[in-house]
Amino acid sequence: MRFILPFVIFLVLSVFLYKGLGRDTREVPSPLVGKPAPAFMLPQLHDATRQFAPKEMLGKVWLLNVWASWCGACKDEHPILMELSHQNIVPIVGLDYKDKRLDGEATLNNAGDPYNLVIADLDGKVGFDYGVYGVPETYVIDKKGIIKFKLIGPVTPQNLRETILPMVAELEKQ
Amino acid sequence: MRFLLILALLLPVFSFAGEAKDIADDPVMEMRMIRLAEKVRCLVCQSEPVSTSHSDWSNDVRAIMRDKMKAGATDQQIMDLLVERFGKSVLFDPPVDKETMPLWMAPFILLLLGGLGLFYQLKKRRGVVVDTTLSVQDEQRAASLLNEPSAALNDAPEPVGQGGKKDTQA
Repeated sequence: MRFILPFVIFLVLSVFLYKGLGRDTREVPSPLVGKPAPAFMLPQLHDATRQFAPKEMLGKVWLLNVWASWCGACKDEHPILMELSHQNIVPIVGLDYKDKRLDGEATLNNAGDPYNLVIADLDGKVGFDYGVYGVPETYVIDKKGIIKFKLIGPVTPQNLRETILPMVAELEKQ
Repeated sequence: MRFLLILALLLPVFSFAGEAKDIADDPVMEMRMIRLAEKVRCLVCQSEPVSTSHSDWSNDVRAIMRDKMKAGATDQQIMDLLVERFGKSVLFDPPVDKETMPLWMAPFILLLLGGLGLFYQLKKRRGVVVDTTLSVQDEQRAASLLNEPSAALNDAPEPVGQGGKKDTQA
């Protein structure tokens, strides 16, 4: 009987420690979630004479996917983004982060282009405003231009199915 | 030998040489930037401050800090800018606020709980000890046991005066 309390404390501690074990310390909660997506004006990757600003997407739910030709994990998520773009569920805007224009274009020409349009953030200034510190990162932005979710790391079939797509469907209804 | 010792003692001095690749034109501002960057966590390398990290991201943050300082921003404004974008986890010294309160209070709460537990445990025990009065028989038995200590305490009492040699190795 007298061992019950220490045993319960032990169990509670174990649960906490076990949960902590599985957590990725790189995933810090973004303070931008719930705030308006920072405004910017950047040239597009394929055609530098054309500009893009996030306010053009007002009224639509969209994904902003930060990637780069030099980024390894972006190659892992690339086929999943291709699949998603074929399904035509949600527009995906790519942001080529701290890349050389030619490298970025070559990557998309070789592997396929899942993006509705791609913007070139060659010096990473816009990435900084969005709190990017590791590519790939993906933002879900609602019809009013509010960031609803930020994914750090690659899009996987699992997080797409369990988090991103349900959220997009929910936001579409609003 | 003495030379080697001096060299070894100087090692920490040399190790500073590797910090911050590109440097602002103004050494005073560079010092100010590095001092501020010491308080910022490199999010890519987690346990390293931006001031000593060689990661790309830290280089960028240092460049931005320099730019903002040149533009006349105060240290506080620069820190606010970083927190706004990357969250409070970029700060090595987390501020005391609503969100971090449980973390700051946890040691005191645990201490209080432990103290209360100890207090009640001791109180309970004292109650048990004080309230127990021995019956007359028990008291007599205790007295008789206490009067022949060797028989009571040792399983194998040593008869007095037998050889007189004890095991010295014990």
